[in-house]
Amino acid sequence: MTTSNGIIIRSTHLTKIYPMGEQSITALDDVNLAFGRGEFAGLVGPSGSGKTTLLNILGSLDAPTSGSAEVMGLKVEALGHKQAAELRNRHIGFIFQTFNLLPVYTVYENVEFPLLLLGMAPAARKKAIMDALDWVHLTERAKSRPAQLSGGQSQRVAIARAVVKKPELVLADEPTANLDAENSHHILHTMEDINRDLGTTFLFSTHDDKVIKHLRRKITLVDGRVAGDEAIAGR
Amino acid sequence: MIIPKLAVRNMIGAGAKTWLNAVVLSWAFVVIIGVQGLYLGFDEEVSRTMIAAEYGGGQYWVNGYDPYDPFSIADAHAAVPAALLSRTEAGRAAPVLIVQGTLYPQGRVFPALLKGVDPLQKLLDLPAGVLKPVDHEVPALIGERMAGASGLKKGDVVTVRWRDAKGTFDARDIQIAGLMSTTAASIDEGQVWLPLETLREMAAMPGQATLVVTAKDEGLAPAVAGWTFKDLGFLLKDIKALVKGKTVGASILYAFLIFLAMLAVFNTQLLSIWKRRKEIGMMMALGVTRGRVIGLFTFEGWLNAVFAALAGALYGIPLLGYLAAHGFSFSKKVSDSFGFAISEKLYPLYSMALVFGTTALVFLITAVVSYLPTRKIAKLKPTDALRGRMS
Repeated sequence: MTTSNGIIIRSTHLTKIYPMGEQSITALDDVNLAFGRGEFAGLVGPSGSGKTTLLNILGSLDAPTSGSAEVMGLKVEALGHKQAAELRNRHIGFIFQTFNLLPVYTVYENVEFPLLLLGMAPAARKKAIMDALDWVHLTERAKSRPAQLSGGQSQRVAIARAVVKKPELVLADEPTANLDAENSHHILHTMEDINRDLGTTFLFSTHDDKVIKHLRRKITLVDGRVAGDEAIAGR
Repeated sequence: MIIPKLAVRNMIGAGAKTWLNAVVLSWAFVVIIGVQGLYLGFDEEVSRTMIAAEYGGGQYWVNGYDPYDPFSIADAHAAVPAALLSRTEAGRAAPVLIVQGTLYPQGRVFPALLKGVDPLQKLLDLPAGVLKPVDHEVPALIGERMAGASGLKKGDVVTVRWRDAKGTFDARDIQIAGLMSTTAASIDEGQVWLPLETLREMAAMPGQATLVVTAKDEGLAPAVAGWTFKDLGFLLKDIKALVKGKTVGASILYAFLIFLAMLAVFNTQLLSIWKRRKEIGMMMALGVTRGRVIGLFTFEGWLNAVFAALAGALYGIPLLGYLAAHGFSFSKKVSDSFGFAISEKLYPLYSMALVFGTTALVFLITAVVSYLPTRKIAKLKPTDALRGRMS
């Protein structure tokens, strides 16, 4: 579900305003962006610049106040709850700063969750899970529970869960914020490998230099506006 | 099928919390079924006892007879009609003549109903055989309650006075030929059983009766002029109402138990939704619709009842099975205090309808109680849930 020119995300005059009592806060202000298949891009900027808001709208978790966000050919603002859930289920993987693993499930079950929603057959499901765990080098921790994992391992499980269904798009919100340098490095390499091998588009929100160093495209947001959009040469 | 699968996974993953709820709810299950079974046992026991001791398969009452109106008794007698006489001769019916009388045990005045019954009848479960005349005294049979109240014992001779069909008062000595132990107070308290023919002669009511008890398996009850057939539905009506009255008190106990158990489920659901709001947000991010999240949480809550049924079965079946097999023992004093005929050992009755009915009811209430707190999820924004907020 890409457009003819390979664009899978397009925002047009995207604006998000949060009402705060009698006042309002403009989180996004006339954002116009497009992302093609296979990009490894990041939204950078200080806290409160609108990075997470933009990711949430592009991930159909939130709706814009005005303007349009088109993801996989679907206008997010026009989607109902079920259609938005369907879009997320089939085409988008999420990675969060706090991992958000389901605590009572094992590593295997956490990674299995999106595939259960897709109704994948057991044999294909098992293979997909083991492949995903192999990508993140956690095959041996399949039976562990999240509480038994380190921060780095937990984030790798979250990555496996995000990519196990081979989505076209992975949205990662500050994925390294809770990790040390070494774990951040491993995680980013893993995501680069998946991006290269599966052609998955990765869109980060970050202000972590370690992440920024790996990006091939950097979009700078300031006060909800796009202040810069640059391709990074050599990557 | 994904919702049940995930719900079971979540509940088992929750560990002790799940089992604590299950155990609490299982108490409600077992106590409700246990007490209900006790009352079913009461009902069965009382009906069986009353049918055996007094009602048979139903009774023909002479028109005008009202057991609750003492003034009706003096005139409530008539010749046993031919249709009932032939059944009596075939052993399929037993006439009973009732005359109001007064005993004078040790100089005291003791009102009593004199009941005449054929010493050879086999329909009613009372030791009428002792009423066969053996010497010059009129043999009489009384129950242990009557003996206790009047101070009479076997072999005692006591004067009885009555008024015959012509309105003449007469008196005679009778001898207590036997004491019977019965759980049916209605054939015991304030009653003296005499040989039917003797009472007929004493009361100048030859060939007459007040009521005719029919055999238990006597299907048809043809209309008989001057007599009205009272079936078991009518005869047991008061007793059933009494048992039902007793169960009302028990219903308050059930309601309280269910309320406590449901409070636990409701509280768990509320806490669970609050504690797992980030998880809910993540599920939504993964593509679970709000409806399915609600379904998942409702199903999880409902599983409390399923696990409770399993836990209850684990200890409830052996426990209630043992009680059903060995019964509860009561002293005579306690069993009399119930107000109806129960034996000193009561066997609870656990029918399939009771077990499955109670289970279905608890399942239904649990499903509703589990659903109510989940309505919050319908208003929850995924972005708020992911941040750990309730919108």
